[in-house]
Amino acid sequence: MELQSVWFFLWGLLWAVFFMTDGFDLGIGSLYPFLGRSERDKNMMIHAMGPLWDGNEVWLITAGGVTFAAFPLFYAVMFSSLYSALMLILFALILRGVSFEFRNKVNRPAWKRVWDVCIFVGSFVPALLFGVAFGNIFKGIPIDQDGVYLGNLFTLLNPYGLLAGVLFVCLFLMHGALWLTIRTDGDLAGRAERLAGLLWPVLTGVAVVFLVATYIFTALYDNYLARPVLFLVPAISVAAIVGIKYFLMQKAFFRAWFASAATIVSCTFFGVIGLFPNLFPSSVKAEYSLTAFNASSSPLTLKIMLIVVLLFVPAVLAYQVWAYRLFSVKVTDEDLAHEEMY
Amino acid sequence: MDVVMLSRLQFAAATMFHFLFVPLTLGLSVLVAYMETRYVRTGDETYLRMTKFWGKLFLINFALGVVTGITLEFQFGTNWSRYSAYVGDVFGSLLAIEASVAFFLESTFIGIWIFGWNKLSKKAHATVMWLVAGAGNLSAVWILLANGWMQHPVGFTIRDGRAELTDFLAVITNKFGLLEIAHTIPSAFLLAAFFMMGISAWHLLKKQHVTFFTRSFNIGLVVGLVSSIVVAVTGDMHAVHVTETQPAKLAAMESHWETRTRAPIVMFAVPDEENERNRVEIGRIPGALSLLGHHDINAAVTGLKDIPRDERPPVLPTFVSFRTMVALGTLFPLLTIVGLFLRKRLLESRWYLWVMLLAIPLPYLAIEMGWVLAEVGRQPWIVHGLLKTANAASPVAASQVMTSLVGFILVYGLLGIAGFYLIADFARKGPETATENR
Repeated sequence: MELQSVWFFLWGLLWAVFFMTDGFDLGIGSLYPFLGRSERDKNMMIHAMGPLWDGNEVWLITAGGVTFAAFPLFYAVMFSSLYSALMLILFALILRGVSFEFRNKVNRPAWKRVWDVCIFVGSFVPALLFGVAFGNIFKGIPIDQDGVYLGNLFTLLNPYGLLAGVLFVCLFLMHGALWLTIRTDGDLAGRAERLAGLLWPVLTGVAVVFLVATYIFTALYDNYLARPVLFLVPAISVAAIVGIKYFLMQKAFFRAWFASAATIVSCTFFGVIGLFPNLFPSSVKAEYSLTAFNASSSPLTLKIMLIVVLLFVPAVLAYQVWAYRLFSVKVTDEDLAHEEMY
Repeated sequence: MDVVMLSRLQFAAATMFHFLFVPLTLGLSVLVAYMETRYVRTGDETYLRMTKFWGKLFLINFALGVVTGITLEFQFGTNWSRYSAYVGDVFGSLLAIEASVAFFLESTFIGIWIFGWNKLSKKAHATVMWLVAGAGNLSAVWILLANGWMQHPVGFTIRDGRAELTDFLAVITNKFGLLEIAHTIPSAFLLAAFFMMGISAWHLLKKQHVTFFTRSFNIGLVVGLVSSIVVAVTGDMHAVHVTETQPAKLAAMESHWETRTRAPIVMFAVPDEENERNRVEIGRIPGALSLLGHHDINAAVTGLKDIPRDERPPVLPTFVSFRTMVALGTLFPLLTIVGLFLRKRLLESRWYLWVMLLAIPLPYLAIEMGWVLAEVGRQPWIVHGLLKTANAASPVAASQVMTSLVGFILVYGLLGIAGFYLIADFARKGPETATENR
């Protein structure tokens, strides 16, 4: 395989891992006002993601950085085209990040309410907009031969883009609810479990509609029809979604969460494989599309970055797995009372 | 205003705000790790309380530093897409390496540190803080190498209408970047040391938690003394390198118009860019600029008149920021040396404690001025000698950038107020109340 193709799939992998990890805490943040009834519930939910969200978000930074390093032209055109959407995501993530740190530092209800709102908005908006952005990339973006974007923020809010956004929100809500069943106890864990059960048919329905809409609105299936063996990837998604339900019924919450993680990763790869070799297809004219081949860095940069990624990403995965193991047990009241924590 | 100017304002606002919080975390992380290690070694509870108190202030700053850093990486794409497309082959890899090598480590382990007190052994917990501190400073190294490349691009060739990497080793051993590292990271330690001394001074003035804050003050004193000397020495080395690589910046730093030998430094001047002269000049030191720039009193120093008008940086902000930085940089070692003599009778030296309390903002001012000097002084280039800022912005509507700029000012303004309120509140309450904030 050419270096560019390797990088294309590494690029997809980094986004997939970002959605898989940060997905559960964006989901918990979106569920926060609905499941967090008491002050203890809220603190429990914050603690459920507290130790991990920051490390999760670095996958976004790395995905962004790697896009810059491996496909600079794509990085330039994508982020300037999606200017307003990306700014909204960034502002949302800023508010969310400080909310965790700030909320419990002042014991006044009004102060806490402000940060409660920020936690919700800061989680829901990125969840939705990441989906909208990727949906639009799958569909094609109105860019001209110089990579100049011919639309505005509302161009992105088309039915297919919004559908992708809703799919992302459902995936992340499920992922978050399942993580809560692992890390919380009592009433809250019970509600999270029931919610995951209710979400399952919704998620499945949205996923089916999305697969059909993808056939109508995008060219993603071309690669699959050319090489039917690739249908294995969406087949894994289907199996993983079924797995969520199966493990939920067995009350094997860890396995259900893993099935949810597999769903997110395989769904992302469903899109990435369908996109190949396009990174940013132009809806104006196919020749204007940015691909892994016309938007990539020089072979030297790609090689150096490959060495860096092959050395360090496994190391990151190793210590993050360790961190996940350390914090995959139920949050205790002793934890909640601990002073340095949020 | 056009897209270029709006984007510059936005990037400047975002960077300078980010840089209010990051330098403190670079220095304070190491100091907190040191305190925790002392606690593990000696079992002295005061060190544990120090770890938690200073750790809490560290965390508030850390959160603000992290969230404001995210936008910076993406702004190269949103606002400077022509720049990104042109130099991404070289520049992008430095940002990607920063994230995968350093930022991951820092962000993962900070979560473990905050939530791991009752999950890890004391020794392991202290080690985690060292990892956070090391990774944070390693992050700064990569970012400064990236900036160093913009100041003095090396290891590339122009091919197919863009800059392509030819020599990675040259990029990561770029002398300009290394000097920025040697100057900026010690400045961050200096800032953290003055922050620690200033807050300790406040409590010592009130004669509360005397052991706790005397000990903190002394740690700050040692770190402040060493780092302020290192900052001065590397600053001088840096100026020599700037003279070689960016003569226009040096000339603007000094508002120096005529090329001449035995070039003077003027202490105070009012530059008149229109007429290429200084309207007012007070305090001329003959030969001093030749000495500063070339370490040779007889050396010739290029004046602004010998630099084409369209390649000159704005003189006034470059000139003022340099002077402010140097004046403060001279003050810092003096303040710590005085502290060294008074350290046995700190409590009685109330005037000195007052001075140190009031000195808290000064390193912030100095470090921001250093940043202004580095970035404004490089104008009109975004990559020195290679690409002009005017040709680097994204092809986006000015109204879009205007909207996001207003958004930045609002969000950062509110965050700044909330953040400084929290920092001041916790600093004022002192160590005892730090345990009962829920």
